[in-house]
Amino acid sequence: MTYIARPKFHHPGLKKNDLGYTHRDYEGKISTLCAGCGHDSITASIIEACYELSIEPHRVAKISGIGCSSKTPDYFLGNSHGFNSVHGRMPSVLTGANLANRDLIYLGVSGDGDSASIGFGQFAHSIRRGVNMTYIVENNGVYGLTKGQFSATADRGSKSKKGVMNTDNAIDLVAIALQLGASFVARSFSGDKTQLVPLIAAAIRHKGASFIDVISPCIAFNNHAGSTKSFDYVREHNDAVNRLDVLTGRDPITVEYAPGTVQVVEQHDGTRLALRKIDADYDASDRLAAMTFLQKHAAKGQVVTGLLYVDPDAEDLHTHLDTVETPLNTLEAKDLCPGTAALEKINASLR
Amino acid sequence: MPDQSPISSVNDFVVRFANVNGSGSASANELFARSILRHGVPVSPRNIFPSNIQGLPTWYEVRVTEAGHLGARGGVDMMVAMNPQTWDKDVASIEPGGYLFYDSTKPMPSSKFRADINVIGVPLTAITNSTYTDPRQRQLFKNIIYLGALCALLDMDPKLVEQLIGEQYKSKEKLLSSNVHALHLGRDWALQNLKCPIGLQVKKSDKVGDRIFIEGNSAAALGAVYGGATVCAWYPITPSSSVAEAFTSHCKKLRHDPETGKAKYAIVQGEDELASIGIVIGASWNGARAFTATSGPGISLMTEFIGLSYFAEIPAVIMNIQRAGPSTGMPTRTQQCDIIACAYASHGDTKHVLLFPEDPAEAFEFAAQSFDLADRLQTMIFLMLDLDIGMNHRLCRPLKWDDARQYDRGKVMTAAMLDEPGRDFGRYLDVDGDGIPYRTYPGTHPTKGSFFTRGTSRDRYARYSEEGAVYADNMQRLVRKFETAQDLVPRPLQANAAKPTKYGVIYFGSTAPAMDEAIGLLEARGHQLDRMRIRAFPFHSSVASFIADHDFVYVVEQNRDAQLRQLIVNENGIDPVRLVPILHYDGTPITARFIANAIGDHQDHLKVTPLRKAVS
Ligand SMILES: Cc1ncc(C[n+]2csc(CCOP(=O)(O)OP(=O)(O)O)c2C)c(N)n1
Ligand code: SF4
Repeated sequence: MTYIARPKFHHPGLKKNDLGYTHRDYEGKISTLCAGCGHDSITASIIEACYELSIEPHRVAKISGIGCSSKTPDYFLGNSHGFNSVHGRMPSVLTGANLANRDLIYLGVSGDGDSASIGFGQFAHSIRRGVNMTYIVENNGVYGLTKGQFSATADRGSKSKKGVMNTDNAIDLVAIALQLGASFVARSFSGDKTQLVPLIAAAIRHKGASFIDVISPCIAFNNHAGSTKSFDYVREHNDAVNRLDVLTGRDPITVEYAPGTVQVVEQHDGTRLALRKIDADYDASDRLAAMTFLQKHAAKGQVVTGLLYVDPDAEDLHTHLDTVETPLNTLEAKDLCPGTAALEKINASLR
Repeated sequence: MPDQSPISSVNDFVVRFANVNGSGSASANELFARSILRHGVPVSPRNIFPSNIQGLPTWYEVRVTEAGHLGARGGVDMMVAMNPQTWDKDVASIEPGGYLFYDSTKPMPSSKFRADINVIGVPLTAITNSTYTDPRQRQLFKNIIYLGALCALLDMDPKLVEQLIGEQYKSKEKLLSSNVHALHLGRDWALQNLKCPIGLQVKKSDKVGDRIFIEGNSAAALGAVYGGATVCAWYPITPSSSVAEAFTSHCKKLRHDPETGKAKYAIVQGEDELASIGIVIGASWNGARAFTATSGPGISLMTEFIGLSYFAEIPAVIMNIQRAGPSTGMPTRTQQCDIIACAYASHGDTKHVLLFPEDPAEAFEFAAQSFDLADRLQTMIFLMLDLDIGMNHRLCRPLKWDDARQYDRGKVMTAAMLDEPGRDFGRYLDVDGDGIPYRTYPGTHPTKGSFFTRGTSRDRYARYSEEGAVYADNMQRLVRKFETAQDLVPRPLQANAAKPTKYGVIYFGSTAPAMDEAIGLLEARGHQLDRMRIRAFPFHSSVASFIADHDFVYVVEQNRDAQLRQLIVNENGIDPVRLVPILHYDGTPITARFIANAIGDHQDHLKVTPLRKAVS
């Protein structure tokens, strides 16, 4: 939510995509998230994916809720309209926007607090309606913006920065998206650009509800492993200001690993994440198998990443509602108003 | 023989049907009301029903009123008592000299009747059972049989009822003939066994004219169709569900592309009110005309989003069909009790535009207009109906539309405008001094006019800022915009008393027909009142001058806390003593009798004990 604009200078030698746009054309304002926040890496992947797809930036509508993650739409696609709505309600706003103009690309960005707690219902219902969108959850297991409370995706038994044990079960958004009929379901890791960029690109291309859960480490509230002395900082941190005054930045975590392998990633707080990239011969067209696969590896403490399920022939909400091809927001009085003749008939039927 | 002379009246009486919810009586009762209309005699019907589907008592009241009074009158001249559960209460509510119509199949002890009323027994169950064997048929045709008996008793023309049945079952020959048969069964029995007609009679007249008979919710939904709404998101709640249901059926008939058969609208039943209003806001932000319909509890849930709409300046329309609160209150009873909740909905300093239609015709007009207003003002517009207008049929002038009318999409900058040399686009720039900035729709231009919409403070160029002066500047502009709204919303209507007077009355919405009638009753008591019907908030300047021109102004409303009065006092800085609240809030529609008594008593009191200076 920054007001710091990026300098407009373009290096003449920058690589261009099919539309003649450079990478810079897909950037937004300068991020004010903590240095090393996984969310910034996701921003970079979104920029990369849109550049590679040669999307016209202004044909994208980027919609979010409230949270550090929800701020990120300001940091990419500076020439497109953004909407920072209210906490947890991105899905309904996006649904409405999509109904109004089916011709734009809808990118919904949310956090795990935003989507798995206050907005759990909206997440579920937008998926089950098949809204044509790319719904990205930047999942860090905590509430970043309100300073580190557990979110509903935090694992049972994990400890908060203050040392409190989480006794609630975690919600696996991917499992739920599968169950609710999302026609494109993936999980990735913010630091795995090689995997994340093509996933985002494919999700954007997919017609229907695409859901990507991206594990995204939070440097500020994931840094407490056994240590009470790690960061002694003063922090103004609310919905609006996101400036970490005294916080030692970290490098974002990055990983690269081959399909079929497991990669153990150490997070900022020292906790370990076992990422399993699905095999090249994994069958992503079988929803039931995807669910089983997910559960099987979860039991081993592994987080499965990759494209878990896709239905290439999916239908979207507009198909279900059988709406006209012309965007509803371009229809005028002559298209919409039945006129006096019809009204006369109605009047006559009411006498 | 009753010890009170029977009420005798032609075309001016109240019939009330007491039924059990779920007995299928509603359509027969409505048929009764429509039949009277076909005699050229105005009616004003009211549904009184419990918040329950089956088994509980329900009443349907038809006021037959040649004079055309469309408010509730109060009192019952004839009770059609079909519900044993409410028998005692129903019998007690009949006016002295009135009539009790009941099913006399089983004998009733004389203690169950009253000496001062006329009892008319028809063995409905016996007649029904001897004709029909199927239990559902028995139940449904019993209703038509009592309708037939009433035809004879009230001297109604059975041809007109048959005609209506014919229209109802146009292509269903079997249903048509069996209904007509049942009608005549009842009528013939009454003619042969009872003294017909009774003192209450329906005589043909010509007082209906070209008026139509429609529910407010259906009219409002049609207004949304005519007003160009393409997106509707809603969540079921009484008494507003029928708005969305009517919108759906109107759209199905009127809004399909003739070539492709595809829908030029999108209707979504949200998972709750939060989603409904979110969808509406998302659609409006993206340039479609969108609305939701709800009632009090829905408004409570929507308030966070309503604040976003106000601050981020996103157009939207909410139709609030008010019911009795607080909390779940009385879900199927009417009130005008969400005035304050809507006017100032959400946290922080907010103010919203409210429209108060008086009847279905105005509900149609205001609904259509609300989309123009929302786009013009880029803010939330509340169409404030209530159960009494929304769910009851009202006689009203035919709906009108001007084919030359274009939608006012407000200040929207197009790609061509953005490209004009020297043109500056700042999402929150007050270019014209009316407080209303320009907006762009997403996707308009590759490099110009995009902005970030947010609920946090920002400067005139939509750049996030918590600078105090920037915030205050924005808040001041929003006030300016609200002032602009004053002259765009429907103005209050004023009517002067026959003779000059120091007293006035302010009223609004569904109170109007009762008020129109009450004026006559008050004149008969010797009281003259100038009147003003408020049709919108923000209040036009004439509201303050009307109050200034009178010693006292009564404010008639259907809530406990005098919410409109509070709003007037608050917004116009008026001395509250000058505004006398007249409040009706038991959930039944306000009546002319109530208003005339309350104001009349106050006026009498003023005359009898004039305010004297204290003598020391
Ligand atoms: C109705 C409401 N309740 C609470 C808040 C406070 N709030 C702001 S962001 C947030 C949680 C954000 O967590 P998450 O979505 O996981 O995003 P992160 O900051 O971790 O990226 C909360 C509770 C709010 N803005 N609105
Ligand atoms: S608090 Fe956490 S989630 Fe928020 S910006 Fe910092 S690192 Fe990212």
